[in-house]
Amino acid sequence: MSRRDLSLVSIFAAPGVLFVLSLIGLVGALLEDGLWDGLGAALLGATLIVLAWALIRRRR
Amino acid sequence: MQTRTIRAWTWVHKWSSLVSTVFLLMLCVTGLPLVFTHEIEEVLLHQPWEPAHKDGDMLDLDQVLHVALSRHPGDVASFMSFDEDRPVVNVTSRAPDAPAGVYHFQPIDQTSGQAAPPVAGHPVMEFLLQLHTDMFLGMPGMLFLGAMGLMLIAALVSGVVLYAPFMRRLPFGTVRASRAARTRWLDYHNLLGAVTLGWVLVVGTTGVVNTLATPIIAYWKDTALKELTAAYDAPVAAGERASLDAAVKRAKAALPGMTLQFVAFPGSSYSTDHHYAVFFHGDTPLTTHMTTPALIDARTGALAAVAPMPWYVKTLSLSQPLHFGDYGGLGLKILWALLDIATIIILISGLYLWLAKRRKPA
Repeated sequence: MSRRDLSLVSIFAAPGVLFVLSLIGLVGALLEDGLWDGLGAALLGATLIVLAWALIRRRR
Repeated sequence: MQTRTIRAWTWVHKWSSLVSTVFLLMLCVTGLPLVFTHEIEEVLLHQPWEPAHKDGDMLDLDQVLHVALSRHPGDVASFMSFDEDRPVVNVTSRAPDAPAGVYHFQPIDQTSGQAAPPVAGHPVMEFLLQLHTDMFLGMPGMLFLGAMGLMLIAALVSGVVLYAPFMRRLPFGTVRASRAARTRWLDYHNLLGAVTLGWVLVVGTTGVVNTLATPIIAYWKDTALKELTAAYDAPVAAGERASLDAAVKRAKAALPGMTLQFVAFPGSSYSTDHHYAVFFHGDTPLTTHMTTPALIDARTGALAAVAPMPWYVKTLSLSQPLHFGDYGGLGLKILWALLDIATIIILISGLYLWLAKRRKPA
């Protein structure tokens, strides 16, 4: 392979964003009720949606 | 990254994982049904029940205690807790010579003193919980699983470091599905690890904190609680105790606006030898998980102190929901289960990658 190496930023961009979203979701649902229960689950669930996307779209 | 650095991190990742994988798999497999304990027990233990005298007078707590102890003569009361959606008081007692961890647990209809059907504690769920908590080995088992949790954290950190060299030519999420099994499973392992990192780290870290529950509570008892109650040094024998019902009323008056959760009797693990420790929790989402005890002199029934919990007990209190996933409704529990399954796949694929590499060195 002769392609140039990816930078650390581009390697960790997506996992980093998912990491932050997960933590916000986990803590948000703990600190607040009602809306945040759904929002917290949605933020945490984003990780699984990205997972499904990668499994479908990034197969090769 | 230099080859030597990569080697070192590979070593950390390999050994922290190998040492802990079997135990982490056990924790994931038992944890899966445990996430739904409440729902499962609702089904398994369901039986229609009505209090005997729906609109009648309630027994006071001294009467409930008397009824409970009369069914197990010689027992000493340890805890009393209160159901939130039915007039039921749960009394936990034990024989003075009973081995550690052996208790009698009695849900009692507060309108009649009759036994009420249990709504928690199904033997199968209790078995899974015990396996998950300490593998039936008590404190050593708990601390051992805590050490396995630390191994997990080491595996996560080294996994993040190693992710960079592995992914330096692959866009995020790439799964080389048409390549050899080892390459394919490496990609699954990396992808699953990358997306679940936040959750696994939180559940792992809070799990480690939870394994320290017994020493944390013991430390609190020996330091903060002892200081507060230094003036009371003579144990109060069961026969000399003031009214429990009055003690709880006194405690409620000291902490208005809070919800009664449980009473720890003198000599139990959550109190001193001479106080009723009456525990309350708050009503906001955050303070629901945190308890504050009011200590009542068991001899006189007077308020001895209100004891806000120190930071380390609060940390333990917050680690519990973040580990159990029981604080955000069914949606959060389903996510807990799915992420738990993802973790199982990470563990098994990691093991497979190690075995495959051993068979055919790269």
